[in-house]
Amino acid sequence: MSQDVVIQVAYLVAAALFILGLKGLSSPATARRGNTTAALGMLLAVVVTLWYRGVVNYAMIFAGIAIGSAAGAVLAYKIRMTAMPQMVGLLNGLGGAASAFVAAAEFLRLSTQQPVFPRGEALSIGLGALIGCVTLTGSVIAFGKLQELVSGRPILFPFRNVVNGGLFLAIIGMAVYLVVSPEGAYAPAAFWGLFAASLLLGILLVIPIGGADMPVVISLLNSYSGLAASMAGFILNNTVLIVSGALVGAAGLILTQIMSKAMNRSLTNIVFGGFGAVQGGGTGGGPQGDKAARAGTAADAATMLAYARSVIFVPGYGLAVAQAQHAAAELASNLEKRGVDVKFAIHPVAGRMPGHMNVLLAEANVPYDKLYDLDQVNREFEHTDVAVVVGANDVTNPDARNVSNSPIYGMPILDVDKARSTIVIKRSLAPGFAGIDNPLFYAEKTMMVFMDAKKGLADIITEMKGL
Amino acid sequence: MVLSQEFLFPLYVFVLALFAGYDVIVKVPPILHTPLMSGANAISGIAIIGGMLVAGPNEVSVITILGVLAIALATVNVVGGFLVTDRMLQMFRRDTSPRR
Repeated sequence: MSQDVVIQVAYLVAAALFILGLKGLSSPATARRGNTTAALGMLLAVVVTLWYRGVVNYAMIFAGIAIGSAAGAVLAYKIRMTAMPQMVGLLNGLGGAASAFVAAAEFLRLSTQQPVFPRGEALSIGLGALIGCVTLTGSVIAFGKLQELVSGRPILFPFRNVVNGGLFLAIIGMAVYLVVSPEGAYAPAAFWGLFAASLLLGILLVIPIGGADMPVVISLLNSYSGLAASMAGFILNNTVLIVSGALVGAAGLILTQIMSKAMNRSLTNIVFGGFGAVQGGGTGGGPQGDKAARAGTAADAATMLAYARSVIFVPGYGLAVAQAQHAAAELASNLEKRGVDVKFAIHPVAGRMPGHMNVLLAEANVPYDKLYDLDQVNREFEHTDVAVVVGANDVTNPDARNVSNSPIYGMPILDVDKARSTIVIKRSLAPGFAGIDNPLFYAEKTMMVFMDAKKGLADIITEMKGL
Repeated sequence: MVLSQEFLFPLYVFVLALFAGYDVIVKVPPILHTPLMSGANAISGIAIIGGMLVAGPNEVSVITILGVLAIALATVNVVGGFLVTDRMLQMFRRDTSPRR
């Protein structure tokens, strides 16, 4: 049938466009074109599906597309760059929901309208519902934690791993029943039970994870929504769904792995470990009694910076929260006009999402060739006159290198302590997400400027004008 | 039984796609990881196709309504995802200012 062949070829082209589009993301110069290429692939897949002879319900379909497009466009343009992790999390949940609904609809169709319910389909439907539902509710909770609607502290409940494990086994049990007897009397109960239980599992899995680990969760959920789309592809025997789902699944998994390595914690520790919960008798809390950090004013900082030859900025989540990226960019450019060499050191988990700092700084018009990742910049610190830490904490903590029983031991850090001198702009000596003290703050070479990131940077800029 | 011929071919496609995906994505520099996440997320909105196939028949039933809902949600994912990625990528520029 030539129509089928044309459609399959079109799907193949769409999948190729997705791959080529992602290839474009290998460099900032070609990235935007890559994104557009992928979008065109999506458009092609949608248009060709409309042509498919089984798809005739145009009014309802267009209504869905129109509403979705309007909502999507509004969200995309109104969202603040600092809220990007929430946005990705939310969009991801919606995609998971879509796959879950497709699984549900196919279950209904095959059980009420078709004489035979093939077992292979039942498997894909079960898995699609499981993955889609977990992704949906998991993403909603992740969104809530990032948006601070839900407490960022891990909400631990007793026996949580047992409860989650039990729930998961129950789901598997129902899935097995579905596959073994898809036409059985209890099949609907098994399917809807699986559906509901998966929704619950999504909530229970994400709630115990601390707000700081949300980037990993979102990345993982991103890959799950890809897998859910692939499952939908297996159900509907649709190759473009399978391929795209695999691409997204791979992307999510790779990013998740990168982040776990950057935090030096295994994935199981992040997902099941309840890291960051308020420990009973930890070494967290305020400044130690016998240690004193050297404090300075914005004027002192401005002097140090104006007479430096090289400066490296180390931005962290605090900078994003204070919306200080524009102030940082302005200070950087003022320093450059004075002939100072300026670099930005971006730790892989700075900010709330991998690469988030880069986006925020790009938004503030910092050219991307000034943004250096960890491997590139770490050897520069010892040749640098001043390192300026703004809103970053754990990623600069030398305990990760030196103290073997520290919770962050082994985590790759930025070697800020090797710089000739350091300025830290931070509101107080309160610990970061790891809940521990940072010896960098008490070092001889370090001067603390106890101010809000934005005000601190702005004051330094003002002071420097007089120098 | 489950590993019938019909299941094996899509499985081949899936596995090969995973390999292709891995290879392409591993080359994305850290600086672009956020647009990668939002872009890949937009592609996961391909579930819209599933919704369209399910909502295809010309009838108003629980099935087609679920399909339309899936379409609407997936479209937000797709449109929102690609547009926000484009918005981010627009901001990345090289240093074009004259050297002192």
